[in-house]
Amino acid sequence: MWAFINKLRSPKWFYAISERLLPWFWVAAAALILVGSVWGLAFAPADYQQGNSFRIIYVHVPAAFLAQSIFVSMAVCGLVYMVWKIKVADMVAAMMAPLGAAMTFISLFSGAVWGVPTWGTWWMWDARLTSMLILFFLYLGVIALRGAFASRDSASRAASVLAMVGVINIPIIKYSVDWWYTLHQPATFTVTGRVGMPMEMWVPLLIMVLGFYSFFIAVTLMRTRSEILRRESNKRWVRDLAGGER
Amino acid sequence: MTLRLQARGLACERDDRWLFEDLDLDIRGGEIVRVEGPNGSGKTTLLKILSGQLADYHGELFWNDRPMRQARQAFLENLLYLGHAPGVKAALTPLENLAWYQALAGEAVHEAPRLAALESVGLAGFEDVPAGQLSAGQQRRVALARLELTPRPLWVLDEPFTAIDRHGVAALEERLVVHARSGGCVLVTTHHELKASEELRHVRLGRGGQDAER
Amino acid sequence: MPSADTRMNGSDSKRDNGDRQVTAGEPRGGLTVAVWATLKRDLTLLMRRRSEVLNPLVFFALVITLFPIGISPDPELLATIAPGLLWVAALLAALLSLDSLFRGDYEDGSLEQLLLTPQPLPMLGLAKVAVHWLLTGLPLALMAPVLGIMLALPAGSYLILAFSLALGTASLSLIGAIGAALTVGLSRGGVLLSLLVLPLYIPVLIFGAGAVQAAIMGDGAAAHLAILGALLALSLMLAPWAIAASLRISING
Repeated sequence: MWAFINKLRSPKWFYAISERLLPWFWVAAAALILVGSVWGLAFAPADYQQGNSFRIIYVHVPAAFLAQSIFVSMAVCGLVYMVWKIKVADMVAAMMAPLGAAMTFISLFSGAVWGVPTWGTWWMWDARLTSMLILFFLYLGVIALRGAFASRDSASRAASVLAMVGVINIPIIKYSVDWWYTLHQPATFTVTGRVGMPMEMWVPLLIMVLGFYSFFIAVTLMRTRSEILRRESNKRWVRDLAGGER
Repeated sequence: MTLRLQARGLACERDDRWLFEDLDLDIRGGEIVRVEGPNGSGKTTLLKILSGQLADYHGELFWNDRPMRQARQAFLENLLYLGHAPGVKAALTPLENLAWYQALAGEAVHEAPRLAALESVGLAGFEDVPAGQLSAGQQRRVALARLELTPRPLWVLDEPFTAIDRHGVAALEERLVVHARSGGCVLVTTHHELKASEELRHVRLGRGGQDAER
Repeated sequence: MPSADTRMNGSDSKRDNGDRQVTAGEPRGGLTVAVWATLKRDLTLLMRRRSEVLNPLVFFALVITLFPIGISPDPELLATIAPGLLWVAALLAALLSLDSLFRGDYEDGSLEQLLLTPQPLPMLGLAKVAVHWLLTGLPLALMAPVLGIMLALPAGSYLILAFSLALGTASLSLIGAIGAALTVGLSRGGVLLSLLVLPLYIPVLIFGAGAVQAAIMGDGAAAHLAILGALLALSLMLAPWAIAASLRISING
């Protein structure tokens, strides 16, 4: 296990192994998303209450899951970077942040789109969407902070600290917002909390979630690889690589 | 009496430029080590690395033959660092400024030592003037008073002669020599040419190379 | 420094630096003295710049003034939104003075000295945050009931308003100090500071304003205040370390 962690210290090793893994994740992502979307959008039964508009959950829910788990991953990478000084961890965290922000945005947008037929309005301050909005701001903060430092090491460490502070706050924020929402709104139908979703509905959902995750991993690996090349551009193995490809 | 600050294989990169690479230093008690080099050659950065303020470097540091990671607390208790900026608050008087430094150094905040320290740097009579009303040289002297106020074996001084007049420069030079002769050690960067003495040693930075000459 | 000569002869024995190897175990009474001195120093500094202390309070009053002008002077309407308005305005006013928490020290070289003492940095940072709360958060809390009158805040909630603000602004100072420490080395850090810190303020806002609203409704505000207390306890435990780590990062760049 320590040998594995030591290997991780080497961007070169990461570059090599990600090259082998990448195609699998692309294939998985494409396949799962294709199957999931077709099944969910075309073949799953319509919801008895909302009709066809509920199908947006096949985009909204995976995006929301990812938005939250990416932030957690970012914080974990930040911790790994601060404690063990593994540069690859920081590169991965840096590449994940914009993707996480994008996922949060997709989740907000799909939530809003869902709102139109459900509530008749483009925006509703319900607990879920409000928490997502706050999460979006947290992402923007991490991205902005990382970009504000001249020294890369300082930028990485600052972003790691902020990500860790943020991740501790996320459950607190969620709890507070849930509490706030139930206090101010009568108990109406919520976007979440599908009690007893039948299998024909949650299986395609699961497939979509897995597909989104594969997509996320594939994109992160790809972006991390180019970041490795960029940061290590003065190392011999990178120059050899560039030379060899000519 | 073992006073030893060692650096092995020190390297630092800033803005895609290596300030110095593979730098070895061995600083012992009784020495005055002057770090010199053109502007931008990394003198201040080197001092900050050696005093533990910068974490972004390659290489190893040792204090009294122990790795700095383990010896950091002991190192800090023996270090007195004066940076580029004097660290003097304009709204406080020299006496009040020194009181804080006394407390930070873990000493009791007594007035007599502070008055004595201010007198020794030629600021007698200015103890209760807000530091913002003092000249730049006088503010620097308030910082230099810490050398008297909180005695420490290792002095790391970044451009301590800034804004000091000729008389003060001579006195400070002499003070450094006295400190080295009584067993302390001084690490200093300055553009000022220090008077030759047997304790003095040079480390030159710049253009990726460095040599130490005696 | 004319007396260097006499010093050399007279006090060599006192300043026998070579032998003075201090070990970590030596009792030096350091921490309490250092924390107290830092508290005193920051208090003195702020009290000598009275306008800096008054600015957040004036800002608070100004912002409260904007709302009736911008929305409606109708007392019934104002009464319903008063708890939230007071809390948001106080929160923003507290945020305003955070940028200068570490900036002065950063610019004149005191911050690097702070990082080089053998005293634990989290405790010293806590001392600075305590002064910020004493001279910003607490005055805001005490001033709020007066502004509450202007917003037709219903009776029975004034005490809770002040208390919830006093409790809440302590957490806000702690959390905000993390952001201030992260951005102190950046040239235009002020706006970024707000962006970083405001999302983290939301739980405190929810329970603080909620406490006041509960008091108005006649329900007990005890639960809200208890949660505010818990948030403060959590901040007290975790923020000092984050502040110290952030200060070290900022001095680096």
